[in-house]
Amino acid sequence: MAKTIEEINEKIKQGKAVVVTAEEIIGIVKEKGIKKAAQEVDVVTTGTFGPMCSSGVYLNIGHSKPRIKLGGGKAYLNDVPVYTGLAATDIFIGASALPDDDPRNRIHPGEFNYGGGHVIEELAAGKDIRLVATAYGTDCYPRKRLETWINIKDVNEAVLFDVRNAYQNYNVAANTSDKTIYTYMGVLRANLGNINYCSAGQLSPLLNDPYYKTIGIGTKVLLGGGIGFVAWHGTQHNPNVPRTEKGAPKRGAGTLCLIGDLKQMSHRWLMGTSMLGYGCTLTVGIGVPIPILSEEILGYTTVTDAEIFAAIIDYSDVYPNLKPDILGEVSYAQLRSGKIKLKGKEVPTASLSSYPRAVEIANMLKQWILSGKFLLTEPVAPLPGIESGITFKPLKERPIE
Amino acid sequence: MAVSKRIVLHFPKRVVDRPIVCRLAKDYDLEFNILKASITPEEEGLVVLELSGEQKEYDKGIMYLTETGVRIQSLSQNVIRNEERCTHCGACVTICPSGAFELDPVTRRVDFYDEKCVACGLCIKACPPRAMEVHF
Repeated sequence: MAKTIEEINEKIKQGKAVVVTAEEIIGIVKEKGIKKAAQEVDVVTTGTFGPMCSSGVYLNIGHSKPRIKLGGGKAYLNDVPVYTGLAATDIFIGASALPDDDPRNRIHPGEFNYGGGHVIEELAAGKDIRLVATAYGTDCYPRKRLETWINIKDVNEAVLFDVRNAYQNYNVAANTSDKTIYTYMGVLRANLGNINYCSAGQLSPLLNDPYYKTIGIGTKVLLGGGIGFVAWHGTQHNPNVPRTEKGAPKRGAGTLCLIGDLKQMSHRWLMGTSMLGYGCTLTVGIGVPIPILSEEILGYTTVTDAEIFAAIIDYSDVYPNLKPDILGEVSYAQLRSGKIKLKGKEVPTASLSSYPRAVEIANMLKQWILSGKFLLTEPVAPLPGIESGITFKPLKERPIE
Repeated sequence: MAVSKRIVLHFPKRVVDRPIVCRLAKDYDLEFNILKASITPEEEGLVVLELSGEQKEYDKGIMYLTETGVRIQSLSQNVIRNEERCTHCGACVTICPSGAFELDPVTRRVDFYDEKCVACGLCIKACPPRAMEVHF
């Protein structure tokens, strides 16, 4: 029955493609069986909406008159410092950047109310952003100071470029110490007071294609409410982790590097986010279509929260000190029930990734495909799989004498 | 004139172990009804009281509490949810000491029951998209 992406695109253009979400496919296969479902269904859409720190935006702001060379100088967007180590008018702002005068954790826990992620949200929302820059001045770029409002509609390029998004599974965070800790996994209360997790589970893109059989470099995706592409595998991409029989990794595994034109994205799907005592980040909405090319590929998309397991990590000691121990493994079905049993204690659980928004993304992508405005792409190269031998290495520290 | 008000008392760490509330009855002849009491993440004490008595004594009682270092918040402060910013992730559910947030198992959305809210403010900063707001 093997289909090709070309055949599926033909059906999309004719308005005949059958598209369902990764949540809907579970019931469909249960009812019809994998064989029949694989014949009928053409595309399964996935979605995720969670904080993703390795996100950023590069901008080309256009040349001022007289010209200024921001490269090697200093520049700020709404007081948040941006990277200026590129050419004269290209700048990059990362989601976790903070204003120089932010008190950070000087008064612990710091609030981190405004940072790079919030600037990106405001850019996407079409708000005016205050650019302040200083430069050293050259013969060809004489200007030394620039203060101006900029707006996304006026800049030459505004491109969301995320070096690590859509983690294929993630740690579940706990705190066994006797004091509250403030982490990127949220506020964790003392003595296993609560547990936080962060994955869309059965809706998550890479958990529906665990061996990267369809998602590759060049895959067109929904990114930030607009269109984006897989540019590369994400940083820390680590396919070699323990997996279930059906292939779902039981630890953080694959990641995606994504790129897309910020001008067509929406601030509803790129939200500046503040993690108390930790810092700023950006919550990113991503949806990836999975072409049902075979029964095997369909089989992967039927994965349920009960079949996806993650490791519970102690963020008071194990995580900060890079120790290998885990407190146990737990399924997303258990996590989503609102409490789990751990060390003889009933511990309430909460999510940092929004499941209702992930559902919304998968449905939005489904509608785009059904309406014919979103066609699937053939990857130009695969993501590194298990056979690549890629591992996630710690830093090899060599003291400088 | 008699008054009866609902207030939230925040006890800093250094006074958590001192008998304070009982003096409201002893010294100021105020009646108190403890609606809720808990020790919050930073080992701060949080007590929601219904406090009644003569206005003059009530004011003195409040002054006494303030002098001991207790921060007093009126329950008329309203915590509301900015629906535009709430993503229904659920981070607030396990932070709230009074169980004002509940995850709906069917819709998987977070329901906010403001009648259960004691206006302690813990959710305000623990909410990643900063969707919870205090209004006075």
